[in-house]
This record gives sequence, C-alpha cells and structure tokens, in this order.
Amino acid sequence: MKKVYLTVLQNQALTDSVYKMQLKGDLSGIRAGQFVNIALDGLYLRRPISVCDVEGDVLTIIYKVVGKGTERLSAMDGGEILDVLTGLGNGYFTDFAGDKPLLIGGGVGVPPLYYLAKLLIKEGKKPTVILGFNKAEEVFYKEEFEALGATVLVSTVDGSFGIKGFVTDAVKQVPEYSHVYTCGPEPMLKAVYNATTTGGHYSFEERMGCGFGACMGCSCKTKYGNKRICKDGPVLDKEEIIW
Amino acid sequence: MVNTKVNLCGVELINPVIPASGTFGFGYEFNDIYDINVLGGISIKGTTKEPRFGNPTPRIAECTSGLINSIGLQNPGIDAVVKEEIPKLRKIYRNAIISNISGFSVDEYAYCCEKINALKEVDIIEVNVSCPNVHNGGMSFGTLPENVEAVTKAVKKVTDKPVFIKLTPNVTDIVSIAKACEQGGADGISLINTSQGLRIDLKKRRPVIANKIGGFSGRAVFPIALKMVYQVYQAVKLPIMGIGGVATAEDVIEMMMAGATAVQVGAENLVNPYACRDIVNNLPFVMKKYGIQDLNDIIGVAHNE
Repeated sequence: MKKVYLTVLQNQALTDSVYKMQLKGDLSGIRAGQFVNIALDGLYLRRPISVCDVEGDVLTIIYKVVGKGTERLSAMDGGEILDVLTGLGNGYFTDFAGDKPLLIGGGVGVPPLYYLAKLLIKEGKKPTVILGFNKAEEVFYKEEFEALGATVLVSTVDGSFGIKGFVTDAVKQVPEYSHVYTCGPEPMLKAVYNATTTGGHYSFEERMGCGFGACMGCSCKTKYGNKRICKDGPVLDKEEIIW
Repeated sequence: MVNTKVNLCGVELINPVIPASGTFGFGYEFNDIYDINVLGGISIKGTTKEPRFGNPTPRIAECTSGLINSIGLQNPGIDAVVKEEIPKLRKIYRNAIISNISGFSVDEYAYCCEKINALKEVDIIEVNVSCPNVHNGGMSFGTLPENVEAVTKAVKKVTDKPVFIKLTPNVTDIVSIAKACEQGGADGISLINTSQGLRIDLKKRRPVIANKIGGFSGRAVFPIALKMVYQVYQAVKLPIMGIGGVATAEDVIEMMMAGATAVQVGAENLVNPYACRDIVNNLPFVMKKYGIQDLNDIIGVAHNE
C-alpha cells in the first residue's frame, strides 16, 4: 500500500452512468486486479475503485455512478489532485492462466479484466474475454479488448447486443479454456462458478471501511478460514469459495 | 526539546498516542507502511475466549464526519492471540502493548485476562465492557455499575498488570460507571467506545448495516468523548485513556487538558492509515505553538479555576 497524490488528466462518460477517468502520478507496485481507495473532500470514507489499466504513470479507472462519492468523481474534469491509496488487495496472478484463459466480466466488473488481459497477451497467452451487460446502451470496452488482441464475446440480457442472455450463455460458445478469471456481481460469479469446469479466480465486492485490512468491515468465510475482501481478496481462488 | 513522555500506571510511554483497538489490527500489519515504534502504545484487536467470525456483512455505514461499524468482535480467539499475534507484534515493537479483552460472562473476562497475564509481552490489559455490536455481552456489562464492578474485581483477581476498563458512552450517567471501576479496583479507565447509531439505505428502504444498529465513531464524536473524559476526570482519581474522534495533535492536547493521560486514535486510522504517525510527528510543533514544554503539565489543566 502507498499513499500518493494523483492528478486527474481526464474524465469521460462511456455510457449513461459509467465513467472512465485517467490519473497521473506514482503508480509503482500496482498489480492487475487490485484497487485504489480515493479520498474525497467532505466524505468520511474513501471510495474503493478497481484498477482498469496502468500505462507508465497513467492510471485508468472505470466506475459507475451509484452514490455521493462516484457522483463527485464524475463531476471532475481534469486538474484535480486526489489523495489515493494504491496497491490494495491481492489482485490477479497470471501464473495459473494456462494457454487459453477465459476472462468473464459483468457490468463494472469488466474494468479489472482489462489490465489482466493486457498482461496475459504480453505473456503470449490467448485469452477469450466475455463481457456481460443488461442492454446495448450499457456496453463498453469491447473495442479496447479487441485492440489488445483478445477474442471478445459480448452478451446482453435483452439480446440488444451480441449473444442474448447471461455471460454463462456466452461461455457455451467457447470451445476450450484453461482457467477462468472473473469479476462481477455475486449472482454472476456464482453462475460462472457453476457453469465453468476449470479452476478460476473470482473477484468479489463488499462494502469496506478502510480498504487495507485494519477494520474487518468486509470479512467473508472461505474454506481456508476468514478472509478480508480488501486485503486477502478481492480475488478468491475457486477452491476456497463458500457461497 | 519538549517532553512527550507520559506514565500510565508505571508504564512509561514515549508519547501518549495509541491506535485504538479494532482500528489497527494486531499492529504489525501497519509496520509495512511506517515504523510503528513511533507509537507510544498499541491497543490490539479485541479478543474473546473463542474465535469469532463476527456479524454478517455489510458491517460499515458512512456518516457525516464518521462511520458506523458492526464488526461483532471478529477475532481468532485468545489462544491464537496469545500464541501468535502478540509475540509477532512484540518481535518488531518495543513500546507498550495493550491487550484488549472482551467476554460474554464474568468468567470469560477473567479467563482471557489470566491468559494474557502470563505474557511478559503485554504491558496493560484493556477490558472492553462496551462493545455495542454483540448480544448478551460487551455493552450490557458496561451499562450497569454493579456489572462493571463485578468484571473489574474478577479480572483484577487474576492479573497483576495494570487494568483499564473501556467504557461505553451509551449510558445515562458515565460518572457512576467510572466510580464502579474505581470501586472494583481498576487501575485506569479508557473512554469512550462507539456510540450507537443507525443509517438507512434510501433505495433499499432498509438499514445499511446487516445487524441494523452499530457503533458510531469518527471526528463527529470528539466533543462527546471530550465531555465524558472531563466528567470522569473530575469524579475519579484513576488515569484515563481518552478515546473518540481524535484526528490531530491538537485533539490529543485537548483530550489531555480535559483529563486524559494518554489518547487513543480510532476511526481516523481507517481513512488515513498514517494518522497516528502524523499526529506523533506534529505533536512537538503543536506543543510549542501553545507553550507546552511537558505534556504532563496539561493533564486535566482545563479543570483549574
């Protein structure tokens, strides 16, 4: 964990409620699948947001406006300096990937898979990425994943874009995969857990206090004992998950 | 050079700044981000006889200038704390270790204190009779003077370490509770634990926290804590660890002027992991600003006519 000051470079709407923000500063030590925790004036707790990408000294985060904190973030237009804790959580590790990893993201569970996909491709793997949304207007980052060289499948619940149905309907169209990396709402994670046959790494979300393991606010039970989503997670091994 | 040393029942602290139980884990985790040996003491995560997972999640709700938590005393149990956590902290930390104990019966408090008493690594025992987040325990002991006295007597019987009783603010008359501690033979008093609070999620139309009601802490409670420290200082002769909403070196000084000998920093650690270190670093400058040569000169000074 590091406490750094990052400067907002730009902030743009990707959909009605999802924004992409780029920040500049010291990003050393940040891994794929980790999150940052952002302090905002007038709000007591920091806001944990997953890392979408790190390129040099530019951090990309993608967040959905769901409350006061993300509303505040969405109103920033560049030049603001934010107090940010970086390098939080365990993140994804590429060691387990095999040759054909399958990455599955739902909604704002999509962003953390981007940096992971980039690293996997750099290592010579051939990832397939499934992006799940409710409808066509919510789809984001399809082209960005394709530009990395990943095979991309999009599913929408109402069928207005790509495969009609859930991410698990898209999984049926993937002939072969070596490992699963996933992030999204818990019902989706559970569906993926049941619909896939290989081992996997699942990124969870929980309401946090501190975000760095001190308060025990985001604990969960696993087969390997109690874990803190913020510190021992957010990524859990499929083997240890208790639903 | 100003003097920041204070003495708590014979335990000399290099400064009065102590992270509060439940906001600093078992201490050693924080050594990854700064040298924890700058801290006068550390009050480690509250421990019960048996391991506890605690309450269901969500356990946290944000408030204006504070937060509500309902952790429910998650901890690995007294045996693991004695065998693993405390020795692990002592290996890297040379200042005062304060072991925080909770229970669900008088016997459980005594059981845990006896175990801790055997550890030379521990300097002070802090007995939590004030957790608002567990049923049939914690706070129910802290709201009745006779219960507080009974717990105090029971733990004093099994330990020769200094015992601080940690009090809840959720009472009608904090002074009568403090007097019961004194009556029971306590060596000092820690106050305050969290104040009960509630938040409701407007979209879901339900309490934010799974356990509904939790404990409110953070900067917002500072005046409440200060007032209680002030009242208790007047009523009993025991040294006080002032807790509640402390976030700056100025707050530490204010707490001491109200009557605290040492000061614990709680919720602020959760939003600024460097909070305690920053306070320690600022303390000498703030002392100079207010013409304070020795912190011992200001303990309870606000009571002077």
